[in-house]
Amino acid sequence: MDFDLSEEQRLLQDSVERLIADEYGFEQRKALGRAEHGYSAAMWAKFAELGFLGLPFAEDHGGFGGGPVETMILMEAFGRGLVLEPYLATVVMGGGFIRHGGSEAQKAALIPEIAAGNLTLAFAHTERQSRYDLNAVETTAKRDGDGWVLNGEKGVVLHGDSAGKLFVSARIAGGPRDRGGIGLFLVDGDATGLTRRGYPTQDGLRAAEVSLAGVRVAADAVFGEDALPLIERVVGEAIAALSAEAVGAMAALHALTIDYLKTRKQFGVPIGSFQVLQHRGAEMFIALEQARSMAMLATMMAAADDADERCRAIAGAKIQIGRSARFIGQQAVQLHGGIGMTMEYAAGHYFKRLTMIDLMFGDADHHLERLADAGGLMGD
Amino acid sequence: MDLRFTEAEIAFRDEVRAFFKTALPEGLRRKMQEGRHPSKEDLVQWTRILNARGWAVPHWAPEWGGTGWSPVQQYIFQDELQQAPAPQMLAFGTSMVGPVIIQFGSEEQKKRFLPRIANLDDWWCQGFSEPGSGSDLASLKTTAKREGDEWVINGQKTWTTLAQHADWIFCLCRTDSTVKKQEGISFILVDMKTPGITVRPIQTIDGGHEVNEVFFDDVRVPYGNLVGQEGKGWDYAKFLLGNERTGIARIGASKERLRRVRELAAVQHDGGEPLIRNRRFMEKLTAVEVELKALEMTQLRVVAAESRRQKGKPDPASSILKIKGSELQQATTELLLEVIGPYGMPYQPETPDGWNEPTIGPEASGSIAPAYFNYRKVSIYGGSNEIQKNIIAKAILGL
Repeated sequence: MDFDLSEEQRLLQDSVERLIADEYGFEQRKALGRAEHGYSAAMWAKFAELGFLGLPFAEDHGGFGGGPVETMILMEAFGRGLVLEPYLATVVMGGGFIRHGGSEAQKAALIPEIAAGNLTLAFAHTERQSRYDLNAVETTAKRDGDGWVLNGEKGVVLHGDSAGKLFVSARIAGGPRDRGGIGLFLVDGDATGLTRRGYPTQDGLRAAEVSLAGVRVAADAVFGEDALPLIERVVGEAIAALSAEAVGAMAALHALTIDYLKTRKQFGVPIGSFQVLQHRGAEMFIALEQARSMAMLATMMAAADDADERCRAIAGAKIQIGRSARFIGQQAVQLHGGIGMTMEYAAGHYFKRLTMIDLMFGDADHHLERLADAGGLMGD
Repeated sequence: MDLRFTEAEIAFRDEVRAFFKTALPEGLRRKMQEGRHPSKEDLVQWTRILNARGWAVPHWAPEWGGTGWSPVQQYIFQDELQQAPAPQMLAFGTSMVGPVIIQFGSEEQKKRFLPRIANLDDWWCQGFSEPGSGSDLASLKTTAKREGDEWVINGQKTWTTLAQHADWIFCLCRTDSTVKKQEGISFILVDMKTPGITVRPIQTIDGGHEVNEVFFDDVRVPYGNLVGQEGKGWDYAKFLLGNERTGIARIGASKERLRRVRELAAVQHDGGEPLIRNRRFMEKLTAVEVELKALEMTQLRVVAAESRRQKGKPDPASSILKIKGSELQQATTELLLEVIGPYGMPYQPETPDGWNEPTIGPEASGSIAPAYFNYRKVSIYGGSNEIQKNIIAKAILGL
């Protein structure tokens, strides 16, 4: 049992925290977000330069051999900075599909491009009817010679408007909710028959509705013909990463709020001298620390081989994160009063990001129901 | 960072678990599983079994019978003890006055009292709260006046847990009323057999007798029963309460109670199905389990940080453990009551031997509603949860 970071991990933490502190202030972020794809190409190049983009890949493949703890360190700092760049979509998720599901040839072709910052990725999975069920896939893939033809509609594809390539799930066999028969394909962003309608999300990121009409992909674009276990594994890793990001955002938002309580004066005194607000601040702190604990658990369990144990821990983390984030987000706005309601102040933006995180990969209630159906967190 | 137990820690856990399996008397285990109260004899017997193994006071300094275990080992031991489930050592001796004597007491006090605490030869109780001094403990009025070689104590203590069994009481007394209220308090040890002490029982809402009022009427004790320095009692009390907070989460006990919830929910039916298949109930249970898991990780983080902290300085984060730990203990007793349903209603007072007459309803259901009522205390004692929030606001948030 050891909660300490290694020397290398501490260096990584220093480097990302310095970057966020120096170059990702609230006003700087506004400027970065005005770029074409809603994030900064220069910042992405800096991530590459600092080694962030190759972090989780094996050294043999041109990466740095980082694990879930390294990802946690980066994501927590990204949460503090409300980072806009497509790290989750490209490195955590796209990278996850490649690491766990890619052939040697696919790894050799893709990883160096990601690590260098030349290739961004997105995961096109959600459909209108699927909500949070990973098995509900109606987009189809039909064999066509050596390759495949994809047809269907995908929604809320994070960074789907700008990604160089998209991982697309599609049904090869079985009924619309069968666990078996789901394939995973890597499709070029400019493939014929693929159209994408990009839009901003509530938290200032970008997403797209993606339509696939007879999109042809070659045999080497397949990352699994029975890919649901792979998808579940990578979504689990994404939830662990998002949990860390949420902890970073909650910690920053809590600090901002406490600072406000100390400086804002009413009735001639700082409002933080009122016990009702002190207790609220303490309750937010407890919610934050409980979330941090579960984010650590999710980080540790994301790499566990036992799928059942892994799924339970990940679901538990998403529940705790969702609940803590909602409480901290709402209370931060409340304690700030009017200023918390404005676009020009950071608090509301943290609140919005935290709210969106709950809506990704299943909200707290979705996971609670799923975990309860599986017999609970401590059941057999 | 590696949040798994090391191989050595797992081996240690197995060793502790195996010991509890064989050493804990079966009747006592059953009593604990059924949520009944161990008697004085039970606790003395169990303490001596542990003491013979050298494990009655594992957290003390090795020269006074401690084990020298790492904080993680200490945590594992407590967790296994609570899940055995075995009675906790009498906290007033082992976790409260014992550490205070080790830290601040004289050599003579250490030699005289510590071995007897470890063997439960002396049963200690705590004389802190007074009728007018609850959360505002420093306002306490019980006085100790020095007369020659003696202290003369007058006043009243209350909520004194298990004073009916006690041989000794450690008291906070006002020894100087001319200075700031926190600075005029001293920490004094009093033999319960001293003339002038009267113990009066208080019956609590669960029907039980745990707490008492203790009256002091010209009680004369030797001057040497003062611990540490005169006027420093408040500091020692804060030290003591800080120690209390980390142990107060009782995560293992909550885990054990959730096991009982699951067992009962598997045989209690609702709408023709076992309750454990009822989604609404399972979501409620699962939500408690998630928070408990989070708290366990938080506790381990505090434990891991403990080895780097200055000795005797409690982590203010331990206030989180107190608040969440007590809320979850209460949530588990609430779930139990929900599971038992209408058979939470019969009032079946417990005697030291259990229930005299055949129990009404499912086995051992008589303890469930009383435990629910009784556990409302856990968010009140040890510094109420509202006081803990004050501590977080001041010590951590700087408000």
